[in-house]
This record gives sequence, structure tokens and C-alpha cells, in this order.
Amino acid sequence: MARRLLIPLLLCGFLLACVGGETNVAQGNRDGVLHFGNYGEPQGLDPHVVTGVPEHHIIGALFEGLVLKNPETLAIEPGVAESWTVSDDGRIYTFKLRDNARWSNGDEITAADFEWSWWRALQPALASSYVFMYFPIKNAEAYFNRSLSNFDEVGIKAIDKKTFRVELDAPAPYFLQLLDHYALFPVHRPTVEKFGAPDESYTRWTRPENIVSNGPFLLDEWRLFKYLSVKKNPDYWDADKVKLNAIRFYPIDKQTTEERMFRAGQLHRTEEVPIDRIPWYRQNRPEVLKIAPYIGTYLYRLNTRKPHLADVRVRQALSMSVDRRRLIDTVLNGLFTPAYSVVPPGLLGYKPPDVFGFDPDKARQLLSEAGYPGGKGYPGLEIQYNTHEQHRKIAIAIQQMWREELGIDVRLQNKDWKVYLDDETTGNFDASRGGWIGDYVDPNTFMDIWTAASGVNRTGFADEEFDRLVLQIAPNAKDHETRLNTFQQAERLFLEQMPIVPLYTYSSKHLVHPGVKGLSPNYMDYYNFRYVSLEPDASGVTQD
Amino acid sequence: MVRFIALRLLQAIPVLFVVISATFFLVRQAPGGPFDAEKPVIPAVKRALEAKYNLDQSLWQQYLSYMGDLLQGDLGPSFKYPGWAVQDLIGSGFPVTAELGIYALLIALLIGTTAGVLAALKPNSAQDYVPMSVAMIGICMPTFLLGPLLVLVFGIWLEWLPISGWGDLPGDKILPSITLGAAYAAYVARLSRGGMLEVLSQDYIRTARAKGLPEHVVVLKHALRGGLVPVVAYLGPAFAGLLSGSFVVETIFQIPGLGRFYVQAAFNRDYTMILGTTIFLSTLIVLFNLLSDVIATWMNPRLRDGLRGGSQ
Amino acid sequence: MEANKHDMSEQEQGSSLWADAWLRLKHNRLALGSLIFLLALVVLCILTPWLAPYGYEQQNLELGATPPSMAHWLGTDVFGRDLLTRLLYGGRVSLMVGFIATAVALLIGVLWGTVAGYLGGRVDMLMMRLVDILYAIPFIIFIILLMVVFGRSMLLLFMAIGAVEWLTMARIVRGQVQGIRQQEYIEAAIAMGLPLSRILWRHVVPNTLGPVIVYATLTIPQVMLLEAFLSFLGLGIQPPQSSWGLLISYGAESMEEYPWLLVFPGLALASTLFALNFLGDGLRDALDPRVAKD
Repeated sequence: MARRLLIPLLLCGFLLACVGGETNVAQGNRDGVLHFGNYGEPQGLDPHVVTGVPEHHIIGALFEGLVLKNPETLAIEPGVAESWTVSDDGRIYTFKLRDNARWSNGDEITAADFEWSWWRALQPALASSYVFMYFPIKNAEAYFNRSLSNFDEVGIKAIDKKTFRVELDAPAPYFLQLLDHYALFPVHRPTVEKFGAPDESYTRWTRPENIVSNGPFLLDEWRLFKYLSVKKNPDYWDADKVKLNAIRFYPIDKQTTEERMFRAGQLHRTEEVPIDRIPWYRQNRPEVLKIAPYIGTYLYRLNTRKPHLADVRVRQALSMSVDRRRLIDTVLNGLFTPAYSVVPPGLLGYKPPDVFGFDPDKARQLLSEAGYPGGKGYPGLEIQYNTHEQHRKIAIAIQQMWREELGIDVRLQNKDWKVYLDDETTGNFDASRGGWIGDYVDPNTFMDIWTAASGVNRTGFADEEFDRLVLQIAPNAKDHETRLNTFQQAERLFLEQMPIVPLYTYSSKHLVHPGVKGLSPNYMDYYNFRYVSLEPDASGVTQD
Repeated sequence: MVRFIALRLLQAIPVLFVVISATFFLVRQAPGGPFDAEKPVIPAVKRALEAKYNLDQSLWQQYLSYMGDLLQGDLGPSFKYPGWAVQDLIGSGFPVTAELGIYALLIALLIGTTAGVLAALKPNSAQDYVPMSVAMIGICMPTFLLGPLLVLVFGIWLEWLPISGWGDLPGDKILPSITLGAAYAAYVARLSRGGMLEVLSQDYIRTARAKGLPEHVVVLKHALRGGLVPVVAYLGPAFAGLLSGSFVVETIFQIPGLGRFYVQAAFNRDYTMILGTTIFLSTLIVLFNLLSDVIATWMNPRLRDGLRGGSQ
Repeated sequence: MEANKHDMSEQEQGSSLWADAWLRLKHNRLALGSLIFLLALVVLCILTPWLAPYGYEQQNLELGATPPSMAHWLGTDVFGRDLLTRLLYGGRVSLMVGFIATAVALLIGVLWGTVAGYLGGRVDMLMMRLVDILYAIPFIIFIILLMVVFGRSMLLLFMAIGAVEWLTMARIVRGQVQGIRQQEYIEAAIAMGLPLSRILWRHVVPNTLGPVIVYATLTIPQVMLLEAFLSFLGLGIQPPQSSWGLLISYGAESMEEYPWLLVFPGLALASTLFALNFLGDGLRDALDPRVAKD
């Protein structure tokens, strides 16, 4: 009796194991569901309030602004606005909204929606972190600071139901790009007001049961710290082009776990790849490894207010004695591009000035001119960095390079994120790890952060000429070339003072299942889920 | 007994009050605030944020209003995830961590007491060394080693079990429970071995043996109850430790539990979340310690007599 | 622990207890072997600066991570640093944290638990509620604050860990003392009018030693792992220094690529912990006062 039952039981167990064994990827390929490693739990989904990359991915699927970017070329494409005109002086943009753009509850999207949404984003009490994205608009900053109380004087105007006009303070060639940033997305007024005052942040209006949005996908399910899923919006104006049925965003903050989930077929795409794992993928699965230059610079800030870093020759010596090529090729598995400037090369045709290179002899000479021959008499230096495997590795290698090349004493201080930030902003550091990711493709996003008043500067660097070039000359430049030349001049000035040690230009690095189409890497690591599709017959990625 | 429990519960009130107050002021002393970020918000935005969350008031005012809200059962919004109230987040994380903790504890008890009792019956023999060595693996292999190792073997090489998640895929609860339980198994094994040895050398066991009772009766009926007292005393703190100490396991397996919230809140300077989880966990700790004291008293005849006499 | 031992040996009869215990321990081969292993380890770690084949922060970036070879017996890490050297230096840190923090925990915990358990009543209540309070305060915040207030020194880290770990010890000792307090021989001692300190040191503390030693041998590994955890979170020792726990946690991150970075530190830690436990076990048996009474 028992023996007769055994075989069917075993069979059942085996079948169950098979059912349990079908991977997310295999199932997702069949059903058109993309499983997306998304690094962290979103702080919220209100486009005007949140910041951060995980939020960016999700909100980009749920909402849509006036324009979109092509994921391959990053060229501007029509979004809610089907067309627009720019005045000859480059200051006035007039958008024509498309007729078939609708909110997910069926309401028509009107110019008044945009006017109200942008008015809302400029309310101080909302505390929108990205409010500075609005500041190229005429009087927007003054209105936000309450030095101007009449919104009619701000360059934001709904002319009629479908015509929306924006007036800028000065021509900003990157303005259209900003429109695809979620800070400038529209929100649905009745829904927002139903759950609180317009300038109240983090109300319940973004919960799945309440939210009204206008993007290619709708919020479907939000399970805290597990996943957030969105499903296709059938009423989206371009719904025919949208191929995915759903996307599931997983907040996975541990790289090694994420990589293993990918290998086990639980994810189509990872947010990161552990550096030590790169060689394995290069050798065994080069087709899933997606590495592309990314608009960001990894750097060390030097605290110019400290006596032993006040001498520009010391700072230059520190920067020239780091062998970036060697650092990248060994510890970082060749992932990044050495940086000798703060603006990554190639932004809209921008070429950074050539100010310095790896030159240990010159570095030693400079240090000795500064009064520390062979590092003798130098009080030593502390590198601070926040807890992260990659920062640790880089700091250990650089510590050794500075010791060997310059003969100075270097100590490492690993700090927790908030202590690190606090020490950096209060100037309690010698050298501090930092990085900057551009908000848009333009040298300006890498230059205005080093002006004296900028909260990101933190190095004590303050130069009137630099500020004048970046804040006054460049925005009013006659043409594109003059503008780039101005930035180049400013950057040369900046690099000669060397308040930072630029180390490398970032690369985005992801693992992407071969069945995923349209998730091609680009300079901004930008995704447009409208263009993504899954091949049902693509084989699952599993361990061979 | 009832008086003992009531007294302890009464004592818990000032304990919790001191914990809350001390934590409230301590976390504010740590450098950095909840809204500091690499891209700092412009000063006007920061002022607006601080006004919204009352951080612009004096610390004492904030303390009083926090305590006022707390009395009404409101733990406030999380500063890191302001769309959610702290009680919502705890409500979503606690059941997960509690389930994980219970499974881990069951595994620890099963492995630990078996090994400990076997070892105590024949000390310094193979029957001692082998089970104890097995139980020891848990503390010789830290969680951040055992977890990834199990993942590698059972998740990736053998492909038997999922490597992350909680309740999403069949069998995904097995590896985290074993990983978390293994460390505690060793402790339970040690405590039960020690306790059993102690009891087995006592006069009443010798008497029982001298009376010619069969060995399994002596062990199971007489020795076990006394011998496991240290284990029971350990269970309260252990379970509390499992709840707040599951951070590493929850991170490795990406489990959305309280352990992760608790540690991350500290790093995020999420003041309300730190306080909320601390209040919640310390209430549990007080309760579990009380519970394990009660059970230990009940199991240890001598202490029980002492209590009956009115002293404690 | 050390303090107790000292006090004990001042008593004429106390010394014989320790002599007896040593005699019994000598017969427990496993415990004796463990003791020798641990002593050898301590000697090795003390002599490390003279023994280590390389400098612990000496890099060779071009070499990178290599498996064990003749030049590097245990291989190298991604910086080309010799693992054997780092293991020896890491052992110094780990053993130091293990012993110092455990000593701190023992000292506070035994004192606290003995006094609370023996005196009982209101004093006991107050003392144990304080333990409850300290249990509940989020220790990461506590450690961050300690770092900020006192700066980052290794010794401070060890003390801080000890200051966190004594709580459980106090609870265990108190439980033991409560039991002992009701034993006939204590009541006899009280009836004889012996002074409190004598009762405590002579009769109470020795009887708690069994569980205390068992727990102390468990505290040492716990403390080593806590150090690794804190260091991993960026709150502990600073690179290029390392400890076994830290070597393991970094090794675990790249265990598929460079298994030797995980295996050797893991073996070092595991064998030390095994030895500690067998030794603790042997000590417990050797010190058992009930055996001594026969």
C-alpha cells in the first residue's frame, strides 16, 4: 500500500518542484512582466516632492511631462505636448498639448493642469527638493522665495485649454531636457486636493487606491520593501506602442544579493553589478553585462580652509600623484574612465580644458616648493568616506599612492552616511570622497555647484571670477560656442586651484537579460519604459 | 504569582518612560539630521521641511508634543518615508520578523536541546563532542558567512531554494530561518548541556537513579525540567534579540522586516522611526523577560517556594 | 574574572579549589589541547610584527587577488596584500577585542548581577530595571554617539562593546545568585554572622563560576562578531587595519571569485571559537563546586 503511493507522491513532488522552479524571468517573458531591480524603497511617489533614482524609475513609468527623451539618443520627443515653438531670443516656449492626452480617471489634460501643477511645486511649504529646476523660468525663484507674491508675474501661463506658455529669464539651451524631469511633471488637481492642501507633502493621494496619473503605466500594487508593481495604462495616448503589460520594481539594496537574484532568474535587470563580479561576466556572459559611460564624476573634495591644504601647490601635488589609470585597471576592474576634469568630456560638444595629468615628479616638486620636500614636515592627511565597498577600496589604494609618491602620512576614516555628510558640510575634513551626477546634459550642472554660494561646494573654494563666468557670462552668451568657451575658461580656473581631485567619470553598470529589448544604456542611465519589450522565447539566465 | 506579575508590569511603565525619554534626547545628539543629503536642499526648502515636522521648535517643545502624541497612540510619520506613519511601517515589518524569529527559535531549540541533552548524558565522550560540535557551527560561522554560503549551495549550485524574499516563492523562508536559528542553536546547546550536567549531579537525581528508575524516565521526567531552566531563562532575551538582531539576515535575504527598519532608521536619523521601533521592541523585551522569569520560576521548584513565601 | 581569582587566592582554602580545578583540567585532554592552542595563538599574535612575511598594508596592485602560492602561502587580496600577514595582524585585533570586551562585560556583569541577586528586594528591582532600560536603547545610536564624543580609538571600541555585552551576563549571574542565596549553606553562613563581602566572595561568586565561564566563552565570539558587524557598518576599526571578522565579511562579499579570502579567515575564527568553547567546557567541569565537595 505504502509503496503504491510512493511513486505518485514522488511525481507530485517533482511536479511541484518544477512549478516552483519556473523563474520570474521565464514567466515574465511569457506574460510581458518586467522584473526590475530598483535599489531602494521609494520615499514616495509625488513627483514634486521626492528625489532619488528609484523614485525616478517608477515615476517615469507612472507620469509624463510635456516632452520625453529618446532612450538611445536622448533627443527630445513630444510627450503631453504634441508640438512647441521657441521664440527667436530663446526665451519663450509655447507648447501645444495633444487632444488625446488623458488622466487615468478619464479627465482631459489641459494647460491649466500644468499651470496649477507648477504653481504647486513652487509653494515653499511643499518643500520640493528639485524646485531649483524651475528657476530658469522668469520670476520663479522670486515667487518661491516670496519676494514676489503675484503668480501672474511668473513666466508660467495657460493661454487656452491646450496652449501652455513658458517664459525664461535668460535662454537656457537645456530647458527642454528639464521638462522630462519629474519635478516638472503634471499632477491631477482634484486628486491632490481631495487628500490634503495643495502644498501638503506626502498625503495619501499617491496610494494605489487613490492615485490618478497620466503615464504609460498605472500603479497597481505597492508592497512596502517587497516590490511595487505598475500595469499598462490602456487609456494612455500612445498605448499601442507600449509593449510591456506590467513592471515590478524590487527595492534591493544589497548588490551581491541582487546579482544572485539575477543569476537565479528572479530579475530581468539589476541596478548594479558588484565590481568583483565583473570579470566573471566579461568571460562567461558578456551579452548580459551592460556598461556605459554615465554623466557623473567621482572625486575627492579637499578642504582649502585647512592650513595644510591652503597651499594650492599641495592640492596640485595630491591630484597629480594619483595614478588614475592604475587605480581603475586594478582595483576597479577597468570599469571607469580616468577623469582630469570635473565636467565629463563630451557634454553637448563640450571639451574640458587640459590642465594636468598623472605626473609624480611634478607632484613631488610642487610639494617640495610648498615647503615639504619628500613629505617631510607635512602634518598628514585624513581621507573620509562613507560606508561602501567601492569607496573603501578606492580610499585604500589612494592612501598608498599618496604615501608612496609624496611620502606623506595618510589615514582613513570610514564614517556612517550622516556623520560623513555632517562633517563635510561643516568643513570638518581634510579630503572627502564625493561624487556628482549631472541633473541634465549640460556643463552647467557640473559648474554651478562650485560657486561660492552653492551648498554642494563644501571645499571652501570661492572665486569671484569663476562665479561671474558661470552665473552671469555663460547664461547670457550669444551662441552655443561662446557659452562652451566660457565654461571652459571657468573650469580651467577651477582646476588650477584644484579644490577637488577628480578621479574618474562614472559608468552605469547593469545586468540585463537578453530577452529585454529597448533598455539600451545611455549617458544619463535614462529609461523610457514605453520602448521596452520582452521576447517570450528568450532563454532564462541560469547557472550552467 | 499574580502579584509578582502585576508588580513587574507596573515597574515596566517607568522603565519604558526612561527608555523613550533617553532615546529621544540621545538620537538628537547624533550628528546629521533626517533631511541632510548629498545634494542639499536649498535653505528655504530645508526651513519648510523643518517647520512641517516641528523640528524648528525647541527640543523640549518637541519632546512634549511627541509624548502627547504618543499617549494618543500616534508615533508620527517616518522622516525617511513620510508617506507612512511609523505604526504602519512597524505593522508591516513586525509580522515578518516575528515569523522569522519563531522559526529560527524553533530550529535553535530543536538542534540545541537535542545536542545539549545528549552531550550531558555522556560528558567527554563522542556523544558529547559530536552533537556539540554540530551545534557549535552556528557561532563559529557568523551570519554574514553562513547566509551567503547557504545561498550559494542551495540557491545557486543546487537550485533547490529561492535566494531571497519572504513568502513570495515557495520555500523562501527556509534559508533565512536556518541562518538566523543556527547562531542561537549553539547557545541553547551550551546552556542545556550545562543545566543538565548541573541537575544530573544533584541529589534527587541520584536518589531517582538509586531507586532503580529507568534512565529515560530519570532524564525525561526529572532532569529535563530542572536542566532546561537556563534555556528558558535565555528564551526571553533570545527572542527579543532575534527581533532586533535579525538585521544581517534580513539584509542578506532582502526580507522586509523590523530588524532592517531598526538599524536603517538609526543610520537615516529617522527620529520618529528610531523612537517607534525602540518603544515597540523595548515593550516586547520587557514582556518577554517577564514571561521567561515566570516560566523559569514555575519550572524551578525552589524559586517557586520562595515566591510563595512572599519574597522576590 | 581576574579580580575574583585574586581575591580567591587570598583565602587559604580557596587556593586549593583552584589547584583541584587545575588538576582536573589537566586530565581533560581536549580542554588542555584547546588551552595550548589558544596560548600558541596569543604568542603568535604578539610576535606577529617579527613573524609576518610582509607589511600588513603593503600593496601590489598589479598582482591583485591571487590564490595561495609559494610567495604568498594563503594568497593575496585585491590590493595584492599578503593574506597570511593580514590574518596574523587581524588576529591581534580580534583576540584583543574578544578578551578586553569580555573582561569588561564580566567585571560589570558579575558585580552587578551578584549584588542585585544577593540583596534582592528593592535594590534588585532598581538594578534590573536599569538593565532593562539599557537593553532597550538602540545600540547603534549609542555607538555612533560614543564615536563622536570620544573619537575613534580601538580601545574605546572594545570598551564600548563590553559596555553593551555585560547586560546578559548580569541577568545570568543574578539568576544564579538568587538560586544560591536560598541554599542551606548560605543561610548557615549568614547565621554564623559572616560579613557580607566574605559570604559573597567565598560562597556566592564561586558557585556562579560554572555558568559564568560557559557564558564568557560564548561572549568572546559574540564580541568578535559584534566588532566585525560594527566595522562592516563603518563604525569600528579603520582600514587598512583589519580583524578576522572584518576579513570574513569582506571575504563573503567575493567568495565566489576569491574563495581563499573567505576560507582562511573563516578557518582561523572557527578553530579559535571551537577551542574557546572546549576550554570553557573543561573549565566548567573542573570548577564545578559540587564535584569538589565530594
